[in-house]
Order: sequence, then structure tokens, then C-alpha cells
Amino acid sequence: MMSDKLKINDFVVRFANVNGTGSASANLLFCKAIFRMGVPVTPKNIFPSNIQGLPTWYEVRVSEKGYLGRRDGIDLMVAVNAQSMEADIKSVRKGGYLLYDSSKKLPDHYKRDDIHFIPIPLMEICNETYTDARLRLLFKNIIYVGALAELMQFDFSVFETLLGDQFKGKEKLIAPNLNALKLGSDFIKANYKGTFDLKIERRDLLGDAIMTDGNSACGLGAIYGGATFAAWYPITPSTSVVEAFMEYADEFREEKDTGKRKVAIIQAEDELAAIGMVIGANWNGARAFTATSGPGLSLMNEFLGLAYFAEIPLVLIDVQRAGPSTGMPTRTQQSDIMEAAYASHGDTRQILLFPSTPKECFDLTAAAFDLSEQLQTPVILMTDLDLGMNDHVSPPFSWDDAKDYQRGKVLDYDALENIQKFGRYLDVDNDGIPYRTIPGTHPTKGSFFTRGTSRDEYAAYTENSPAYQRNMDRLVKKWITAREYVPSSQVYQAENTADYGILFFGTSQYAAEEAMDTLKEDKIIVDGLRIKSFPFDQIAIDFLQNHKYIFIVEQNRDAQMKSLIMIELGISAEKLISVLNYDGLPITATNIVYQITHSMERVEKYTTV
Amino acid sequence: MTFLKPKFRHPDLPKNKLGYTLSYYEGALSTLCAGCGHDSISAAIIQSAFEMNIEPHKLAKLSGIGCSSKTPTYFLGNSHGFNSVHGRMPSVATGANMANKDLIYLGVSGDGDTASIGMGQFVHVIRRNLKMIYIVMNNGCYGLTKGQDSATADNGSISKAGIVNHFQAIDLCGLAIELGATFVAQSFSGDKKQLIPLIKAAMAHNGFAFINVISPCVTFNNNKGSTKSYDFVRDHLEATGTFDFVPEMEEITTNYESGEKHAIKLHDGSLLQFNKLENDWDPLDRFSAMKAVHHARDNNEILTGLLYLNQKAMDLHELVNTCDRPLNTLKKEDLCPGNGALANINAGLR
Repeated sequence: MMSDKLKINDFVVRFANVNGTGSASANLLFCKAIFRMGVPVTPKNIFPSNIQGLPTWYEVRVSEKGYLGRRDGIDLMVAVNAQSMEADIKSVRKGGYLLYDSSKKLPDHYKRDDIHFIPIPLMEICNETYTDARLRLLFKNIIYVGALAELMQFDFSVFETLLGDQFKGKEKLIAPNLNALKLGSDFIKANYKGTFDLKIERRDLLGDAIMTDGNSACGLGAIYGGATFAAWYPITPSTSVVEAFMEYADEFREEKDTGKRKVAIIQAEDELAAIGMVIGANWNGARAFTATSGPGLSLMNEFLGLAYFAEIPLVLIDVQRAGPSTGMPTRTQQSDIMEAAYASHGDTRQILLFPSTPKECFDLTAAAFDLSEQLQTPVILMTDLDLGMNDHVSPPFSWDDAKDYQRGKVLDYDALENIQKFGRYLDVDNDGIPYRTIPGTHPTKGSFFTRGTSRDEYAAYTENSPAYQRNMDRLVKKWITAREYVPSSQVYQAENTADYGILFFGTSQYAAEEAMDTLKEDKIIVDGLRIKSFPFDQIAIDFLQNHKYIFIVEQNRDAQMKSLIMIELGISAEKLISVLNYDGLPITATNIVYQITHSMERVEKYTTV
Repeated sequence: MTFLKPKFRHPDLPKNKLGYTLSYYEGALSTLCAGCGHDSISAAIIQSAFEMNIEPHKLAKLSGIGCSSKTPTYFLGNSHGFNSVHGRMPSVATGANMANKDLIYLGVSGDGDTASIGMGQFVHVIRRNLKMIYIVMNNGCYGLTKGQDSATADNGSISKAGIVNHFQAIDLCGLAIELGATFVAQSFSGDKKQLIPLIKAAMAHNGFAFINVISPCVTFNNNKGSTKSYDFVRDHLEATGTFDFVPEMEEITTNYESGEKHAIKLHDGSLLQFNKLENDWDPLDRFSAMKAVHHARDNNEILTGLLYLNQKAMDLHELVNTCDRPLNTLKKEDLCPGNGALANINAGLR
């Protein structure tokens, strides 16, 4: 077989494993080693909704150019799962590689002559080396990492420091892991004489970047943002948000002198109770949040309406997964947009934020507490499974110590002393945002009744039509004010002169940026815009108005963001062209480029006829 | 009928230790039906808060949805209130309590709000032993939607429309004791003498204090054949004993004949004194309390009074080990680890 041309730091490896066998940590070790060698890398864990025994895949893309989105085409398959082996072999690109456990002979009909087979008897090596069944299972994974490292010519010293860091305090685990890596590497040295052209070369392309997942970053952001209360109900893929918050709380929220905690975290009986608790805590002046996914968001709708109407701050982190209903619980999507934007019955609008990186998960979670208190309304962080549960290369976390928490319009004891008559829903500053008081502030002033029923400016129950309508109109005014508070959209080309624009948000950023580059190579110029919030800011509005056609990239079937833009901004449907992905896997640049070029052909044909 | 509540009060009305008259604890004029049992309970709450010298701003009142949940508007007008959504008051109260452990939380709910839509939250707030007073104004029917049976309507009870209920009633007190509620009482809206000391004792309890108050619906469930009518309830009441609530530091002046006195010291040092106890029933013994509840049910009696008390259980704040300062008073300096701490975190993620 002929060797393909050498691919340095630019390929995709897919691991086909059985879930519950410890493969995830071995695969992460592989990924982290590449990261430590200064090469951009992005892993995607494609896992089943199951604990043990079903097929699971782990895809690692290496990109010298720094493209961190998923890419189609598998250059190397590490196939150690008999269940999915046949399909796994078929999925390797022509000229690609298959590293497989050759302890059992491959059935003849699995063979392909257009790919390279790299046999390694993983099970046999393990059985010879280890007596313990669990160790045989675990080290099988480490052995193939050693084999890959040898094939790709890793700088082996990277494993020593990596394992040293990983097993700090459990040093006796380092040597057995290094030994397993060496078993794999030695086997390749001695036995594999075939061609191999996927190489990792050390670079310094990552600067001070970190590698982490969005959910941990949200949990940390809630610590920095001053959350003192969290209530939650476990649901994939959001569970690790609160789990991270708990871990960081153990580290940062213990009173040194008493051992007591400056935080309360309650696992609720369901999502309804979780958000109810968060509303109660925020109403009572604590910063509180919850995290959930689509099904939980559906359940929380009633309470979100109450918080909108009664004007109670809260932070909700929605880690979206493929819906509807239970959908594909372990696959990614951006399909809760409409549900979140108009959560609850009646006329409601909810503030949404769209982070793209772990750094933004951290920043925007912390910022959400300020925003929700300033605007006295829920703020929903719209992340997704891909961002939340996969590791991403990200700028490091940073915090401006000089900045104080923005608690919004809260009247304290002194302010109440100086006030004639307190009206909870009076629009004193003509920005739609009223003043609130926290229970227990003043013995004779500032108490009021919070309710989800209609009320007048002084919080008294009313069924008076003008009073009801005045309140609803003030909420619209507050919504318009919110545009000035939400984070600004990111513009890619300052001049914005192209006919075509491409608008994206959240995790589509990675593939969209790569797609813009690819299109540029083909002399197709599209101006890019990444929106970070709903309501849309002026930058987004101008961008939509100033381009002839705008491609809207989103990861759902029904073009929810496009609908939202049409409804909220009155942009004509003819201007907006959807680029959609809803197979549950993160969108790829190839897909975007394909859809855009095909749409352009149609547009040109249509407009020139 | 006038909808203006007179503000004038006689200047010589008695004041409590804080210098407030009873009227300071009142709320807006009730819009419930004339004769509604709920208004009597509101009056008992007002009297209890006055006598307990509670600073109105140190109490937060919360409710769900329904006739009963409207009542917080009609008492303690100088306290913050929160009329939340149907059946979800316990969760809102939980969050509020977690945010500030220094306030008293008074939750008001109804039989629909608690025993049907809110059953899940009721059960779980008991599990957590949240420090709050939870009063159910129980009339066995849905008043605001005009008289449908609720889940506490007794099997065999006849509605105003003449329809017999064939479903089993949920006995909220029995359930609460079963679930380990730490203070369980039952009373009747028409028995202020019993209800006020019960509410005061509940306010002194360090944990979840549940009072199920039978409160007849005069409009939809006060007919012959209803087991939640005034007449039926009066005829079937069986008090566990009469008792007084003696606040901490207050000199005990009532004379009890020896042998009849049985006092329980509450969390805050106050005393609950029973004048008479059933022979085979001890409110500190869960089995005996459950037996008494079951016995009453079998005999068509409505057992009232303090049914069960457990002062040994930790409340939710103790269980999750929160700091002494209320969480809502903590500042950035207390909460934010600052940029310095991020250097370590970032290093660990490379």
C-alpha cells in the first residue's frame, strides 16, 4: 500500500470503546498529552445514556491551524469494541488507519484493502501482565495510548509530567501507568513495520490556554459570582454544573474559624422545587441558581413566568441536549431557544446568554448574577452538552478584583428611612426597573406582597385593567433597557461590507469560524457575527439590517434562532437563510460550507433569472 | 358591605413588649366569604404574633394558590409576603429560609394546595425539617373553583350538590407523623383557645411545625352530610388535652392541680403545659401519636391538639451546616476567591 502524505498535527482519531471500562480517562490522557505538546486539540465524547456495556466513542481532532470544531472523516480508528467493530471499520476514511485488538482474529469480511490495519493483541498482553481482572480492563486502554504515542512519535516525557500531575498524592499509581504505556509502545516498535503518517510535533500554539469543560466553568463562575444557594435536580448533561459548584464550595466556602459553610446546596425533589427554592432565595436577597436541561426547563416554565412577572432575579443554566421529550439525552443540540425565550404562559420574555467557550461559561455565569439582579428578572445561560461536558481548549479564567457585585436597585434601611412612600412597582427612574426591598430590612417601611397575580404600583392586588396594562407596558420598557445591559455581539469584520453575513452563537462558533476561512480560500467572503444574548443588541440589529442575506447557523431542526430574529426584529424571511444541524453531534465546518455554497448557488440562480 | 377597613383604634389599646398594638399585626380587609373558617385562623395568627412579640419585619409569610393562600394578605400587613404558585409554597419557603436563617417563616396552604398539586413538595419539606410554620386551612373542597372535592374530603362525605365522595381521604397529620415531621398538630378554626397556643408553640419550634386546621367552607361544604361542616366538626371533635403556651421568661401564674400538669420545654426555653393527657398517649412518642391518630380515624373522631413533637432532630440549616451569618448578608469579600486563586485553578487545567 502506498503511504499518504504526512499529516503533521492535523487529523482525527476516533476511539471506539465499551462504556464503563475506564476508557474515558485513557483517551483524555492521549488528548491531554497533545495539549501539553502545545498543539490545538479538541475531544468529543460521544457516549450512550447508559452506565456500562454499550458502545461509546471518543473523537479527538488535532489541528495545527487551531480549528477546534468537530471535523468529519476519521483518519485513525482505535477499535476495541467488538460490538461496533464492523461499522467502526467502515467509517475510516480511505487511506486511513485501524488500530485494533488482535487478540481475537478479525472476521474476514471486516477486512478492507484501502486502509491500514495495525493489530495489537491488547487482551493477550494484559492477560500475560496482570492477574487482576479490573487492572486488565483498565490498562488495556493505557496500552493502546502507548502504542499511539509511539506511532505518532510523541515526546514520551510529556506522560511523565502529566501522570505526575494527575496522580499527585497517589504517586504509586504513576509507575504502573508508565509501564502500561511502555508495553504499548514496545509492541509497536517490535512488531509494526507498516506505514504510518499521522505525526504530532511539539509546538507552542496554545500560550496560556487551559483545557476544561463548560459545566465546571459554570460552577466556578457561580462561586465567583457570589451564589450562596443552589437547588437542583440531577439531569444529563447539566449535573456536573452543580457538582463542580459543590467541589469549589468545599474549597472556597468554608469559614476558617467555624468550619461552617457560606453556601447551601439542596438536591430538590424535582425541577419545579429546584427553581422554586431558587426563587425563594433570590426573593430573600441571596444570589441563587439552578442548572438543568430541556425536560427540566419545560417543568420550570410555570415558575419562570412567576419570576418574570413578580420580577425576581434568578440564574438558570440550561445545558441543552437533543429533544424533544427525553430525546437523545447524551447528544448535543441548541433546541431550547424558543422554549427559554418565551418561557411560561402569558406574555413573557426571558433574558438569554449564549457562551461559546469555558472561559465564557465562567464569565457569563458570574455576569448573569449581576444582570438578573440589575434587571430583576431571570437570566438563562444557554449552553449545551458539547460545551458543557466536553473538554475545550479555552483562554484561562481571569477575574477583575476591582469590580464589585452589581446588586441592582435594592433599598436598604437608610434608603427606606428617607423615602416618603415605597412603591415596589413604581418606575421611579423611567427605565422600567423598579426598586425592591428584602424582607427583614426595616421594621415599619418597605414590606410588600409579592405575587404572580396582577397588582398596582404599590404591590396591592388589582383587577383594574389600566393598572394591569401599565405594568405589562413597564415590563416591555424594562426589556428595552435590558439591551444596554446584555453582553455585546462579537463582530468579525469591522467594515462589514460583504453582501452575505453569517450569524452564529454558542458552540457553532468553532465550526463557523473555520467555515469562514474555508469560504475565504474559495474567494467567498461572508461577514461574521456571533451573538451572545437575547434581547439582541444594536450591533446584531445593524448587522442583520446591513447585509443582503444572512446565514443563520444553528443546531436544531426548526431554525429557532431565525424565528426569534424574525419575530423580535421584524427581519424579512427572504433575507435569512438557515444553516441547520440536528443529528445530535456538534456541527462541522464542512457541513456549514456545503450548506452555504449550495444556498448561494440557489440564491444566485434565483436572483439572476 | 363596605370595603374600607377602619384605621382608627382606641389609643388605650394594650401594647405588646415591642410597643405595638394588635392592629399593627392586622392585614387588609378579607375578601373571603362571610363566616369563612380561614378568617378565624387569620385572627389566631394575628393574636399569636402579637402575643409572641414578633417584629413584623422579622417574619415572612408565604402561600400557594387558593382561598387559604389568599389569607396572608389579611394578616401581618407589615410583614413581607409571597403568594407563589399552586402547590409550590414549600420550595419557595425553603429557598427563602436558606437565604436568611434569622427570620420566621409562616407558610399557609390549603387542602388542594397541599394534598393534591403540592403533595410532592409537602412531603419533601417535611423530610428536610425546614424550620417553618406550615398551616393547612383544610376545608375538604376547592373553594375558588366552586366546591369540587379535594383529596382530604372524607370517604362518604356528601357535597353541596349531593354527590357522595367514594375516595379515601388523605390524612395530612397521619402522613406528617409517618414522614417524621417534628411538630404535628391539628385544630379547628372555631377553637381559638386551642389554636392560638398551638400557633405560638409552632413559632417556638426549631424545625418543621405542621398545623392542620379544619376550617369549614361556609359556601360550598357546610351542608348536611359533609364531614367538614361546622356542625359535623363540632360534634366530632376530640381534643387530646387542653394546654397553654408559656413563653420563655414569663412567670407561670396559672395554677394546675398536681398530678394533672405535664410540661414540655420548647427549643427557645418556653413551656408547653398540658392540663390533661389521655392515659395511653404521649406526644413525644411517635408510635403512640400514630396510634392515637389511627384510633380517632376509626372512631370518626377529629383528634385535635398537639399530636406529636420531636425536638431532637436537626433543622435544615444544621443539616447542611450553614454559617451563623445569614447567607443573604455575605459580601463579595466573603464569597469571591479573587483573581489570585484562579492562577492555581488555571495551572491545574493545563
